Amino acid sequence: MINTPQQKRVLQSKLGRVRGLGSTREGVHHWWAQRMSAVALLPLSLWFVYSLITLTGSDYGTFHAWASEFGNSVFLVLLVVTMFHHTQLGLQVVIEDYVHSEIWKMGMLLLVKYGSVLFAASAIFAVLKISIAG
Amino acid sequence: MVEFNLPANSKVMRGKLFKALEGAKDIKRFKVYRFDPDSGENPRLDTYEIDLATCGPMVLDAMLKIKNEIDSTFTFRRSCREGVCGSCAFNIDGTNTLACTKPIKDIRGDVKIYPLPHMPVIKDLVPDLSVPYAQYASIEPWLKSDTPAPTGERLQSPEERKQLDGMWECILCFCCQTSCPSYWWNGDRYLGPAILLQAYRWIADSRDEAKGERLDNVDDPFRLYRCHTIMNCTNTCPKHLNPGKAIAEIKQLLLKRR
Repeated sequence: MINTPQQKRVLQSKLGRVRGLGSTREGVHHWWAQRMSAVALLPLSLWFVYSLITLTGSDYGTFHAWASEFGNSVFLVLLVVTMFHHTQLGLQVVIEDYVHSEIWKMGMLLLVKYGSVLFAASAIFAVLKISIAG
Repeated sequence: MVEFNLPANSKVMRGKLFKALEGAKDIKRFKVYRFDPDSGENPRLDTYEIDLATCGPMVLDAMLKIKNEIDSTFTFRRSCREGVCGSCAFNIDGTNTLACTKPIKDIRGDVKIYPLPHMPVIKDLVPDLSVPYAQYASIEPWLKSDTPAPTGERLQSPEERKQLDGMWECILCFCCQTSCPSYWWNGDRYLGPAILLQAYRWIADSRDEAKGERLDNVDDPFRLYRCHTIMNCTNTCPKHLNPGKAIAEIKQLLLKRR
């Protein structure tokens, strides 16, 4: 790092630095989960948008009745789970790409993970409440 | 966080203008990045006016003309001058390519020449490539085989040999490597397109018996999966190779063996 003199001098070999702590041997799972959730989101979001369009202008009661129907409740829960899982996986990549301070990275990753679980749980609970409790 | 501003000492200043000689017929301006670590000064952009009537057709010809006839302090790497050694890779006219195979007439307006992006600069157009070289060493680019060596060559069928097409041609110029935004942001851990193409070159070699070990070595969220298929690598490759495809092949194999 010749043109950044303020940087600390590192005498470790370049190969040592590049090898680092070794390969984690677990990159495939995240990558594949991201693709699979994206594929699942395609029909789910199309169904959701289509439903919203057909319900446009309806009153609270109609929406309530729609959401409490068995098939719609199942699809809503699936949509919520897949969407928040996919969001979390995607945001994780963005954070890992751009945030290089370990503390900030850890904090933001936790925030995204806990946040997705919180929002997903709230949404699922809302659907179940409409569907079961009425 | 990401640094959006460059450190103060890397701001590029306006440099000197070297006018063409009287009577020059076909003048082209070359704006060249200059940096001298010993001077303590910021980098600058020097302008050289070249008479194309007395200059060879490629960007490298003009660069050699500058070095030979105008300014001998101008520093850059070059060797074969025919696109097989990979030394003269620069950012020319906004794209990483080889100066020796880039025709001057393909460039409209002034010819801007910068070092390969996001690498530490040693001097002028000479970047410090020791990290990518170490990354290349880390994928162990040599044949690994436990089968005792045969008395003659290790044979391949024409089909097996064909698997290596599009990879053996790589000259390790690092045009793709340094065009990749993911490599800019995470070059310390992401292996980058050039190295992953080489990794796949050995994984795809029918004579190699260490595929599993090689796949283990790249199965990592940073080493391999920082590739977000931006495809700058494939767009910029001066040898028209496809590192993006090689990376996709590695991802496929990792999935296949689960």
